[in-house]
Amino acid sequence: MAEPGLLEIAERVVGWAGAGFDVEAFVAHEQETEIRAYQGEVESLTVASSMGVGVRVVRDGRQGFAYAAALDDETLRETFDEALDNSRFGSVDEFAGVAEPDGVEPASLDLYRSELVDFPTEDKVALALELERATLAADPRVTGVESADYADSVYEGAVATSRGVTASARETGCYLVAYSLASDDDETQTGFGFSVGRHPGELSAETAGADAADRATRLLGAAKAPTRRLTVVLDPYVTARLLGIVGATLSGDAVLKGRSLFADRMHEAVAAPSLTLVDDATDPDAFTASAIDAEGLATRRVPLINDGVLQAFLYDTYTARRAGVASTGSAVRGGFKGTPGVGAHALRLTPGTRSQPEIVADIDDGLLVQGVTGLHSGVNAVSGDFSVGAEGLRIRDGETAEPIREVTIASTIQRLLMDVTEVGSDLEWLPMSAAGVTLAVADVTMSGS
Amino acid sequence: MLEADLVNRTLAAAMRTGADFAEIFAEDRRSASAILDDGRVEEVVSGRDRGAGIRVVAGDTTGFAHTADLSESGLASAAGAAAAAARRGGGGTRTVAVSALQTPRRLQVRVPPEEVPKDRKVALLTAADAAARSAGGAITQVSARYGDGRRRILVADSDGLFTSDDQVRTLFSVSCVATGDTGMQTGRESAGRTVGFELFDLYDVEEMARRASQRALTKLTARPAPSGEMPVVVGPGGGGVLFHEACGHGLEADLVAKSASVFAGRVGETVAAPMVTLIDDGTMAGEWGHYGIDDEGKPAARNVLISDGVLTDYMWDRLRARKEGRASSGNGRRQSYQHLPMVRMTNTYIDNGDADPGDIVADTSHGVYVAQLGGGQVNTATGDFVFGMTEAYLIENGRITAPIREGNLIGNGPEVLTRIDALGNDFAMGSPGTCGKDGQGVPVGDGTPTLRVTALTVGGTAA
Repeated sequence: MAEPGLLEIAERVVGWAGAGFDVEAFVAHEQETEIRAYQGEVESLTVASSMGVGVRVVRDGRQGFAYAAALDDETLRETFDEALDNSRFGSVDEFAGVAEPDGVEPASLDLYRSELVDFPTEDKVALALELERATLAADPRVTGVESADYADSVYEGAVATSRGVTASARETGCYLVAYSLASDDDETQTGFGFSVGRHPGELSAETAGADAADRATRLLGAAKAPTRRLTVVLDPYVTARLLGIVGATLSGDAVLKGRSLFADRMHEAVAAPSLTLVDDATDPDAFTASAIDAEGLATRRVPLINDGVLQAFLYDTYTARRAGVASTGSAVRGGFKGTPGVGAHALRLTPGTRSQPEIVADIDDGLLVQGVTGLHSGVNAVSGDFSVGAEGLRIRDGETAEPIREVTIASTIQRLLMDVTEVGSDLEWLPMSAAGVTLAVADVTMSGS
Repeated sequence: MLEADLVNRTLAAAMRTGADFAEIFAEDRRSASAILDDGRVEEVVSGRDRGAGIRVVAGDTTGFAHTADLSESGLASAAGAAAAAARRGGGGTRTVAVSALQTPRRLQVRVPPEEVPKDRKVALLTAADAAARSAGGAITQVSARYGDGRRRILVADSDGLFTSDDQVRTLFSVSCVATGDTGMQTGRESAGRTVGFELFDLYDVEEMARRASQRALTKLTARPAPSGEMPVVVGPGGGGVLFHEACGHGLEADLVAKSASVFAGRVGETVAAPMVTLIDDGTMAGEWGHYGIDDEGKPAARNVLISDGVLTDYMWDRLRARKEGRASSGNGRRQSYQHLPMVRMTNTYIDNGDADPGDIVADTSHGVYVAQLGGGQVNTATGDFVFGMTEAYLIENGRITAPIREGNLIGNGPEVLTRIDALGNDFAMGSPGTCGKDGQGVPVGDGTPTLRVTALTVGGTAA
């Protein structure tokens, strides 16, 4: 499993640690292919290889960091020197430090598929072209495909610290994603569909194309609706995006720095009893599964909310020390250019027993939300204010009815969690750090005409 | 960064399989940042990122490869990969001869950030922290970020282009949390320009911090935002985000070419109220979206997109312009050498109208006044867009009254453009933004005077 090259590099940098200071080196290498099909031709084909190192130095409680997008000896040394120099300017923080081995064994996860590495580029091209064909063929009202992409990644990473952490991982991943354009008279609607896997054999152009066509065509004829309060049923993809925001409110960093809505609510009911939420990167089915976190510690299953009751927050090494608890293996980082922070890896709601159609059948007045926009501009994870653009289908008397667009749905994060009436049975892993599942939430304001 | 001989040999290698066009984009980027949070300078960061992307176009296919290795063999390998990616039948050799490098534009930077000692940068953070907290005990948390970056680029292509640019940007932001009986609220203020450390001759970080803390404190008394359609007045600077989303993206030629824009095929038509003239201008010295040349080597330009309500043109990059047999408008941009260029905005703005901004509010019997916006998103194919309000108030009987909580507003671009019925005479540029498209982020600016939209849907919870 180990990628000796990268770990050796990380260990070499860490070996430069001197008396009175600690060093962490994070080294990554990624190879990517991206192919976009358009009108039966390859519009673009990108082959990319990138690598780099991030070096963190903690000296006398002061932290410095530097990164570089190269791994030659001279660059490594310069980056180390720069991180060491930067540490002179940080504030003293008694809890600052690099990770130490905590005795937790990383889960045995096999996330690397040689099938992807050996897959010929011509066959990747064929998949992208097939995706475009399948999207167009799925429905006569699909008049165009804005983009039909195949993308894959072969990733290797290693992290070492002067306190004895050494860890490495490698993984493969690929996906197909299509954005369709459906037209009726002079109206156009759009929809996306995707398929993800660890190797191309797991991808289905047919499914991705059909989903993209369906999401667009079902919105044809959509209109704005009058403002009212109703029950919303969130599609699995929308739920996954909501969970991402909930995860941010449960970060130990937000709790310690007074930015979490739930800081003083441990062991209290913060959600409906039907809601049980875990963060578990050791689940091999998760697209974002990983045996180690961004500081090299083993990831683990963290039960966050159990039957609606808050059970835990997420911690990395720094926040755990400061809170006087153990790390939950929840360090994340945005590649070698970033310092580690706290975040959820793979959030998952415990699924219920009924399908989306069964849930809809019990709702007299509602909105099935298939897409949301403006999560970055209308949701505030500190205040809890929640307002997003929405599109989907009206629910009347237990059945989906006319399509709706150009409305917002609004509530607060606190109320959304308490107002959950049911979790669906349709759990699916998506290309993001949360699983999707249908979620019904009562008493949400739909704002429109 | 690269010598002409090496550039010629690399381009020739890229053209070897009979391509129509080849291009080298080399980039050397250095950045520095410092972050204060929770009263401590948490991290001081330096970064270096250098490499080249090679693009080869054959027919309708673009091949692209990038490398961090700027040696002859590294470039040759990337050129080979890009050529193979774009390969077509035929072939034959073609020599490429770029002439001498066009003299780099003189840096408009008075104080290069790399020459400023790190402790001076850190001192800005601690000063902002103290100023924000001086607003009182209700300010319970403060974070501040300083960042600077120098991006040197070189572009050479098989048409003989050989040019370069040197772009320096400096950014500062401060965010506060205020806590009261109603929970927590946040306030943010940011400043960024395509300049060096002299940014701080224009901006007082303590004043920025006080404004951010005041914004958070004000919102502690905010009531839930209303819901439904109503008149919306957007303060000076803020409305730029509205135009960026309502029509800016829809005027990007790559989306237009794929019929993924509601503005496709509408050049020459009236698309907005007659008072609206929309301009995208990469030449605005010092502004956040400014540059000397775009990431395809084309000089930045001032492009009028909508003139007195009539759609005059789209924005173009090289690829889309070539298909239409016209020139690029200097809007070909990319996040880094690891990305393909595409059509992007620069500084997008609406010029002054002649109304007194006070009269615009006084003339509005009821509605919402948005003082600060927080980004947005658009579906260019349908025209539906959202933008967030991070500081907003009710307008009651022609007066700005109670603060309201955060939320999105939603509208449809073509409809909203025709519903603008007042433009103030108080033009201002808005906050520095990062525009995201197809996974790539680039710095953009925008600006407007105070303006009113007769009806927009406010996405609150109150009746």
